[in-house]
Amino acid sequence: MKLKSVGVIAVSVALVAGAASCSGNNGGGGDSSSSTTKNEFNAALTKVFNPSDKKGGDMKFAISSDWDSVDPGDTYYGLSWNLARLYTRALTMFKVAPGDESSQLVGDLAQGLGQSSDGGKTWTYKLRAGLKYEDGSPITSKDVAYGVSRSLEKGVLVNGPTYFNDFLDLKGYKGPYTSKGKTNPAIETPDDTTIIFHLNKPFAGFDYFAMLPATAPVPQAKDTGAKYKQHVVSSGPYMFKTYAAGKGFTLVRNPNWDPATDPNRKALPDSYSVEIGANADDIDQRIISGGLDADIAGTGVQPAALSQVLGQPALKARADNPLAARINYTSINPQIAPLTKKDCRAAIEYAADKTAYQQAYGGPLAGGKIATGLMPPQIPGYQQLNVWPDGTDNKGDVTKAKEALAACGQPNGFATNIAYRAERPKEKAVAEALQQSLGRVGIKLTLKPFPVGDYFALYAGKPSYRNGNNLGLMVNSWGADWNDGFGFLSQIVDGRVIRDTGGSSNLSVNIPEVNNMIDQAIVEQDVNKRNADWAAIDKRVMEEAVVLPGVWASQVTLRGTRTTNVFVNQAFGMYDWTTMGIQ
Amino acid sequence: MFSYVIRRFLGAVVMLFVVSVFTFGIAFIVPRIAGGSAESLASRYVGRTANQQQVAEAAERLGFNDALVVQYGRWAKAIFVGADYNYGPGVEHCPAPCLGYSFITHQPVFPELMDRLPVTLSLTVGAAILWLVSGVTIGVISALRRGSVFDRGAMAGALAGVSLPIFFTGIMSLAIFSYKLGWTAEGGSYTPFLQNPGAWAYDMILPWITLALLFSATYARLTRAGMLETMGEDYIRTARAKGLNEGKVVTRHGLRGALTPIITIFGLDVGLLLGGAVLTESTFSLNGLGKYAIDGIINNDMPKVMGVTLVAAVFVVTANLAVDLFYAVADPRVRLG
Repeated sequence: MKLKSVGVIAVSVALVAGAASCSGNNGGGGDSSSSTTKNEFNAALTKVFNPSDKKGGDMKFAISSDWDSVDPGDTYYGLSWNLARLYTRALTMFKVAPGDESSQLVGDLAQGLGQSSDGGKTWTYKLRAGLKYEDGSPITSKDVAYGVSRSLEKGVLVNGPTYFNDFLDLKGYKGPYTSKGKTNPAIETPDDTTIIFHLNKPFAGFDYFAMLPATAPVPQAKDTGAKYKQHVVSSGPYMFKTYAAGKGFTLVRNPNWDPATDPNRKALPDSYSVEIGANADDIDQRIISGGLDADIAGTGVQPAALSQVLGQPALKARADNPLAARINYTSINPQIAPLTKKDCRAAIEYAADKTAYQQAYGGPLAGGKIATGLMPPQIPGYQQLNVWPDGTDNKGDVTKAKEALAACGQPNGFATNIAYRAERPKEKAVAEALQQSLGRVGIKLTLKPFPVGDYFALYAGKPSYRNGNNLGLMVNSWGADWNDGFGFLSQIVDGRVIRDTGGSSNLSVNIPEVNNMIDQAIVEQDVNKRNADWAAIDKRVMEEAVVLPGVWASQVTLRGTRTTNVFVNQAFGMYDWTTMGIQ
Repeated sequence: MFSYVIRRFLGAVVMLFVVSVFTFGIAFIVPRIAGGSAESLASRYVGRTANQQQVAEAAERLGFNDALVVQYGRWAKAIFVGADYNYGPGVEHCPAPCLGYSFITHQPVFPELMDRLPVTLSLTVGAAILWLVSGVTIGVISALRRGSVFDRGAMAGALAGVSLPIFFTGIMSLAIFSYKLGWTAEGGSYTPFLQNPGAWAYDMILPWITLALLFSATYARLTRAGMLETMGEDYIRTARAKGLNEGKVVTRHGLRGALTPIITIFGLDVGLLLGGAVLTESTFSLNGLGKYAIDGIINNDMPKVMGVTLVAAVFVVTANLAVDLFYAVADPRVRLG
C-alpha cells in the first residue's frame, strides 16, 4: 500500500464520555480513564483528548499532496479510508475507540457482523432500517451490491484493492460497465435489507472485506464511473458541497443522515473544509498557529517543524507519537548470487546496524521502533521475534556476520547493489547506512536510485529487471491494508502476488511453505488461532532471511488548538477524522 | 509593419508546434528510449493491484500501443476538433481546444487550466507591477546618485534579493508576517478578484512582495546599468545643453533609452510566470498553473504537463511578440524591416 496509506481502516464512533459529556446512546461508552483533558505529549495516543459533545464549527483540514480518489470504490490510502467514513458508510467498520478497542469490527450499514455458512464461502449481512442517501431516497442492499460490483472494474476504477475481484465467485462477471446487462452472480439481494456474498474459496475474515469503502452504497443511476469522485452520493453524516480536483472540497451536513441508524459517528462539526496541495511546511505552521485543525496525511510534521515541536514544551504537549501499521524494511533478493545461499543473506541480517536504520528514518520518535519481524506490535497475534540477534545495542553482530559469510563461502564478503527511491531522502539514508554497516564485514553495496513512480512497475518490482541488474537489496516500505495478519502480511509474503510484469510490493518472498501456511490461515475460523497462524508466518519468513526489517514507523503528529475528541485510531495509525469536534 | 506581424505570427505557430513535439517527446519518447514498453508506461496509471491483463488493457485504452506519430497526431487533432473519452458507464466529449484528459483525475485538462489561470494571472500581474515600479525607480535613483550610500545599499539589497530563493523568503515572510504578526493572510489564501477585490489584494500581497523582491533586484541592477550608459550619451548632453530641465532629461531621454532591454526581459519574465510561477505557487499553496504542472509531473500525469507547457509556451511567445512590437513605440531607433 502506498506511503500515505497506512491502509487500514477503522472507525468512527466516538467514545468519550468523560464526566460532562456522554450524550446517551450516541457514541461509545467510556469512563474517565479513557479520556483526558491534560495537554501533554501523547495525550491522545490511547485516550480521548479533550472530550466534548459540542456541535458546530468548520473543521479545517489540509494535505500537501492529493490522494488517489474520494470515490469509495477507487481508493487505497489509509487517510482516505479514515476520511471516507464522513460521507459514506460501509457494511462494517472498526470500532471508533482509542487503543486496542479499535481492532474490533462492528456493524455500520449492517446491523452487525456477517453470518458465514458453507464453511466460510457464503457471508450474509442484514442492513439497518431507515438508511437514506443525501437526497432522501432509501439505501437498499442492491445499492451495496452495486457499489461492490462497480469496484471490480479495475480498468476504470484503478486504485482500490482487489480483494473482491480475487475472492468473489464471479463466474466471469467483470462489473457493470464491462458485463453490461448481466447481474453479478456472486452477490445476492433477496430483499432490500439482506445481502449475501458467495466466495470462490473460504475466507474466514470476510468482515474485514465488508469494512472496505467499496461496500459503501452507490446508486446506479448516479454512477459516473471514473468521474463519480466529482460527486460522491453521501450515505454518511456529511455530503459534498464542493469538489475541485487537486484543490480541495467542502463537506456539509447530510440532512437525511439519521443518527438513530448510526451508533458509531458523533458528527460534531457543521462542515469540513479540506485543502489539497498546500505547502507541507506551511501546513505545520498553520496548525501550530491555529489556522488549521489537522494535516490529514497523518504522516507527521515535516523535519523543519519537528525540532520546533520537540524543542518547545508548549508545542510538544500538543504532539502525539502514534505507531503506524507500517514496516520500513529492505528486501533481500534470493534470486541472485551469492544471496541464493541462506548464509549469505544471514550475514546481512547480522551485520546491519539497526540504530543507523532508525536514524535514517528520523530517530525513535519521528522514525519508528526498531523492528525484528515484519508484523508490527499493534497487529493482533503479534509475537516478538529474535531470529537474527543484532547485538545488545542493535548495532549489528559483526562476529556472527563473519561466521555466516564463511559458511556461505564468501569469507571476504561480496559485492551487490542496493536499490532505493531517489525522491525519498530517508530511503537514500538507509541505503547509505547499510552500505556503511555491511561494509564492516566486506559486503560492498553500490547505491542504485530509481524514480519513485516506476520503482515497483519497472525496476525493483519487476523480476527480470531486479535479477538482471544485480539488485541484491531493495529498500522497501509497507503499510497494512488493515490491522490483522492477512491485512498486513498477505501482499508482502505471499509469493503468488509476484508478477512478471512488475508492480508487486513483494520483492523477495516466495516460499512454498509460507504460501501453504497462508492458505491455511485464511480459512481458519477461530480468530485467536488465525492470529497465531500469521505470527508463525512472520517467523517463517524471517528464518529465510529474505527481508531485513528496519523500523515500524511512527510519527510525531500535532493536535490543533481548538479540536475536541482527539485520539489516535490505531486502525489507521492516525487521528480519527470522524470524531473530532471544535471547541 | 503588417508583414512583420504576419511573419512573427507564423513564427510563433511554428514555435508552438516545436514546443509541443518536444514536450510530447519528453513525456512519451524518452521513457521508450530508456527501455519502457507500452505496458510499463501504462502500469503507472492502473494502481498497484493490476494484473497483466489489466495493464495491457490500460495500454490499449491510453493508446500507448500505437506508433508515436499516431499518438502525437491524436493529441494534436484533439486540440482542433476535440476528442471522446470513455469514463466507464459512458462516453464524454471533450470539446476543442481539448488538451487531453488527465490520466489521474479523469477530467479534461483545458477547463482545469482555465480554472487555475486567474490565480497565476493575479500573482503575476500584481508582482510585475510591483517589481517594475520598484526596480526601475531604485535603478534610476542609484544611477543618478552613483556611489552614494543609497546606491550601495540598494545594490547590496538587490544582490541579496537575487540570491535568496523564494521558498526561503516565502516561508520566512509567512512565518513573520502571517503567523507571528498576523498582518497578512496565511498560506493557501486566495479570493477571486471579482468576488472581493479587497480580500483579493490582502490575500495576494505577501506572494506579490516575495516574488517582486526577486525580480525587482534584477530590474534595479539592469536599470542602473542602462541608465549609467544612456546618461553618458551625446544626446543627453545635447538635451541638457538646450536647457531642458533635469527631470525631463532623465525621464524622456535617459530612461527611454535605457528601457529597451528592460522591456525585453519584462516581456519574457511575465510570459514565463503566466505559464506558472512554480516556486511561489508551491510555497504559498496557491492553486495556479505552476502547481498544476508540478502535480502532473509528480503523478506522471502527462496530459497535464503537456497542457501547462503548451499554455506557457503560448504566453511566452505572445509576450515576445508584444515586446517586439512595443520596441518600435519605445525606441524610435528600432526599425521593423
